[in-house]
Amino acid sequence: MSPHRSTGRAPGAQPSSGERAAGHATFMGMPPFPEAAKSAVEDSQMRHNLRLATGTIRGKREAVVSELDDWPDLRQAGKAIKDRTLRHLDTYLEQLEEAVTAAGGTVHWAADADEANEIVTGLVQATGESDVVKVKSMATQEIELNEALAQAGITAYETDLAELIVQLSDDLPSHILVPAIHRNRAEIREIFRDRMASWGVPAPEELSDDPRALAEAARVHLRERFLNTKVAISGANFAVADTGSMVVLESEGNGRMCLTLPQTLISVVGIEKIVPTWSDLEVFLQLLPRSSTGERMNPYTSTWTGVTPGDGPQEFHVVLLDNGRTDVLADTVGRQALRCIRCSACLNTCPVYERTGGHAYGSVYPGPIGAILTPQLRGTASETEASLPYASSLCGACYEVCPVAIDIPEVLVHLREEVVARPGHRAEKAAMGAAGWLLNGEHRLDTAQRAASAARSLVPRRMPGPASAWTDTRDIPEVPEESFRSWWRREGAAEAPEHTGDGGDEDAQEGGRR
Amino acid sequence: MRIALFVTCVNDTLYPRTGQAVVRLLHRLGHEVVFPPSQTCCGQMHYNSGYRREAQKLAVRFVETFADADVVLAPSGSCAAMVRDNYPRLGEPGSRLDRAVADLAPRVYDLSELLVDVLGVTDVGAYFPHTVAYHPTCHGLRLLKLGDRPYRLLSNVGGIDLRELEGATECCGFGGTFAVKNPDVSAAMGSDKARNAVATGAEVLCAVDNSCLMHIGGTLQRQRAGMKTLHLAEILASTEQEPATP
Amino acid sequence: MSGSRERVLARVRAALADVPRDEAPQDVAVPRDYSPAHDRGEAAELLVDRLEDYKALVHRTSPEGLAGDIARALARRGTHRVAAPADAPADWFGSTEVEVVRDGGLDIAGLDGMDGVVTGCAAAIAETGTIVLDAGEAQGRRALTLIPDYHLCVVRGDQIVAGVPQALPRLDPRRPLTWISGPSATSDIELDRVEGVHGPRTLEVMIVD
Repeated sequence: MSPHRSTGRAPGAQPSSGERAAGHATFMGMPPFPEAAKSAVEDSQMRHNLRLATGTIRGKREAVVSELDDWPDLRQAGKAIKDRTLRHLDTYLEQLEEAVTAAGGTVHWAADADEANEIVTGLVQATGESDVVKVKSMATQEIELNEALAQAGITAYETDLAELIVQLSDDLPSHILVPAIHRNRAEIREIFRDRMASWGVPAPEELSDDPRALAEAARVHLRERFLNTKVAISGANFAVADTGSMVVLESEGNGRMCLTLPQTLISVVGIEKIVPTWSDLEVFLQLLPRSSTGERMNPYTSTWTGVTPGDGPQEFHVVLLDNGRTDVLADTVGRQALRCIRCSACLNTCPVYERTGGHAYGSVYPGPIGAILTPQLRGTASETEASLPYASSLCGACYEVCPVAIDIPEVLVHLREEVVARPGHRAEKAAMGAAGWLLNGEHRLDTAQRAASAARSLVPRRMPGPASAWTDTRDIPEVPEESFRSWWRREGAAEAPEHTGDGGDEDAQEGGRR
Repeated sequence: MRIALFVTCVNDTLYPRTGQAVVRLLHRLGHEVVFPPSQTCCGQMHYNSGYRREAQKLAVRFVETFADADVVLAPSGSCAAMVRDNYPRLGEPGSRLDRAVADLAPRVYDLSELLVDVLGVTDVGAYFPHTVAYHPTCHGLRLLKLGDRPYRLLSNVGGIDLRELEGATECCGFGGTFAVKNPDVSAAMGSDKARNAVATGAEVLCAVDNSCLMHIGGTLQRQRAGMKTLHLAEILASTEQEPATP
Repeated sequence: MSGSRERVLARVRAALADVPRDEAPQDVAVPRDYSPAHDRGEAAELLVDRLEDYKALVHRTSPEGLAGDIARALARRGTHRVAAPADAPADWFGSTEVEVVRDGGLDIAGLDGMDGVVTGCAAAIAETGTIVLDAGEAQGRRALTLIPDYHLCVVRGDQIVAGVPQALPRLDPRRPLTWISGPSATSDIELDRVEGVHGPRTLEVMIVD
């Protein structure tokens, strides 16, 4: 493991009390985005890893998306299906509950993370087991389930390769799909060599950094665990209301192992994961793999409905999780963030994410979607959450690739409005107010422009205070001798065209004089 | 045609050359340019920073100023996009502002749209014997969907040598207040863009937005890269008789 | 926590105060202008292409040639003992010398001792190179095709559909489904795709025309 990241803590993160004691890295106490981003941008190894990885996945996504000429139609359908679901979520939740129950599953409801953790802990304890295997799940990351289970003496083993890397190195996830995207193969080899033994089967002595060898080491490390563990915990990519079916997309087969071999399966599912009908999957099973891993289809997709006698877990529980989602739902502009199917295309295309990595976002949801989801789930009262809506240049690349057309820039701006409506930000509000006043009167603007032109020789190349944020790395433009409006008053109106055309003299326009 | 120029506050204050080039170009093509003096700013900075009310006031001023115009030219991709894409979100549905925006916004154009779509011209008779790389700004690319319009205009310029820009569609990192709220990320993006621009070997980096060029140009200048930035209008206005200097 | 059920539902309803009370879910329009199928030529040919793209081994055979092809595949692979669902057709194994163990509740260790597994499927999707198992005829329970490291799957020509929208109506959501697109794989290391992690590392497909 590279020494400068050996704590596994996010770059720039302040150590929080109890973090080491609990033996888990945490996003709690992360500094605001600009501060965390500063250390991240300076980490050239990580920037190199990220550039390589996101560049690769962008290319793959573009190739498989462009081969579907009806992609925009699929995207509109995906958006509309999710909108329908969200506008009638109560109906669909009750329908899902009924269908799951009828198929032999048990449905639990959790208003927040504590409740969800308590439910899951209780269910595991009821089995008498102290080990659980886990399929990669954002919802359980969000509620910090592993930490809660550890408190109860239950060890949760992450089985997705990237989650395993994060868990072994006591690190934090930095990407929705590939939580260890910030690590390169050499770093991963070091983590496996140093840490696998303390979690189970050790890595082979002469482990190379070939991804094939690393995948093989993970296979050997987890094989016995899969074959012997009696309880599994998963999330779900989709929960189908009309049939009560759960859907999990994955690649490695660790999902199939967890969903098939244990006796008890507990799925923690955000309430927004619902799709109304089985046939709606025809849209999402086209949108998600292509947007996510850049494949026509991911290697494995499992669907199950309640329990099947003689096949797979004989006890099945679903925990329906709110944990702030209803707050997002209540915001008619921000609601669209709940359409998210966690593909991570927005992360892979975001120029900000590519330079800061995921840790700077201070949440399991990094990147553009995290910048709108985290402040909505947690509110914007704290400085870290309040800084996230500004973690974007509003370039719009995220919206362009989003398979369910979440207008992330629109929500970012909306959340900025929410942030500035709170107390504080006095200097900025004063400046914006002054600029608004100045710009809302052409004479005031004119006067200011004249003053600037008169003082143009006095502007220093590097400025002090807040302006240094610009001049530290960039020159400022020279102030011109006069503004455009001042020039126009003198010359513009006089400079009439040779003949005022009314659009009828195209010959003269095309190929005019050189 | 009579074209109302919304020069934009950034061009008005810092880049009058661009406004002058627009006037020269449109006159050369035989069109009339008017400059309604009550114009100031589209309110983009306020809107994007979360100051909706200030943005609303500026939007009201804009629609009042240009209500009678046949076409409005905003020689800044992001300002044209502000009017077309964001103004419709500013007024309450059915309000006076909302109705005025619905009426006016479709008549607001960026320079390349005005030339190609409205005036139907891709060869404006310009002459600019220099190597040029074109940076498609984010709002021009993704909100206005300018597509190949700027390239078509540039490729018809006499004497020009157009170079392809690596990573062209990636944001330069300006982003208005983003540049100062997240200066480290903004600078990292800017320096990558500058590096790609320099790697083209071109003398000039061209775009349809001076605010992006202020950021990239400021970076290039700080790095003493020797590469200049020019707004599309200045290259299109350039002729043998009145050449633009990079 | 039955109390939380009402709490969450009440919060959902409060959050949706803007939705007119007489609006039904169907009132929210869902435009379905996407193509029911992408025309990419002959389905079986496309399936072969897509499966190979994901590094599966693929053969096309005839009903008469199937047993021989299965025998050759199992021999090539060097298998001694393979598992098969109890209801897999006996004539599939008419030519092989390899021991075929019919699944009658093999335990996990028993499955782990197998050199491979031979099954049929419920459907195959040409455009995405996907084989769907539904634990139905000639497929067995899910663990059967998961634990052995080698999976040989027999696909009948009439089981192949063009795309995802054609597959779903053929599948019964009440059954446990496994959609398989190539052997197990990971892209977790530098987003570089590597075939073969926890699921079967080799997928071999026989398409019977």
